[in-house]
Amino acid sequence: MTTNRIVVGAHYGLRDWLAQRISAVVLLVYILILLGAVVFTPELNYFTWAGLFANVWMKVATLMAVFALMWHAWVGIRDIYMDYIKPTGVRLVLQVLTVVALAGYAFWAVIILWRV
Amino acid sequence: MTDLAARKARPQYRNIGVSQILSYRLPVAGIVSILHRISGALLFLFGIPFFLYLLQQSLTSELSFINYSAIVGSVLGKLVLLVLGWAFLHHAIAGIRYLLLDRHVGIEKASSHLSAQIALGVSLLLTLVFALKLFGVF
Repeated sequence: MTTNRIVVGAHYGLRDWLAQRISAVVLLVYILILLGAVVFTPELNYFTWAGLFANVWMKVATLMAVFALMWHAWVGIRDIYMDYIKPTGVRLVLQVLTVVALAGYAFWAVIILWRV
Repeated sequence: MTDLAARKARPQYRNIGVSQILSYRLPVAGIVSILHRISGALLFLFGIPFFLYLLQQSLTSELSFINYSAIVGSVLGKLVLLVLGWAFLHHAIAGIRYLLLDRHVGIEKASSHLSAQIALGVSLLLTLVFALKLFGVF
């Protein structure tokens, strides 16, 4: 166990590492579902496309993928910061901006799907 | 004495400095790794907002769908899609390779070198197919 813990460090455990991999699998499955749905749609226009996203299962799957993406991106981007950004204050600011951006994107996705 | 001079002239790489990045030759697995990171950063910085915007335009109304079609039909839109398409394909395929490595599949030196070449090649090949589709070759 390391003793020099810092506030913007890793969480010193398996959780984020595992979350990154599980979210990656969720995203791969979702991409295949989306690809399959598009391929099996005879003609792609506004009505068939919006009709696909009007299904409850598609909304649920999309939102699951969105939240998996946000968690996945958070772990990956934080890894990049931990490797290249050494000052604690700068890293904290970047981490906060990243969390705000990802949370904003997630809410944006909810709003987009809500209206379909 | 000449020995010492020869030894002094040799370059020393303790830590990789920014100025040495181009002269430092990475193995293929290293290239796949740094591209995995770069593609991930691209997808975060530009991919997420761009695709959410496209999703919004494509789903909101018939009128916005026309706007969506215009964006993905423009040359600039296609170039952005091409770069992000490569980023996604590389990130996904290299990611599958890492999931397999995590499962201790192909961790020997020779097989991991081969899988790195495959990951790099397949993602570039699929990007080429995507580019041909994007610019209407088929």
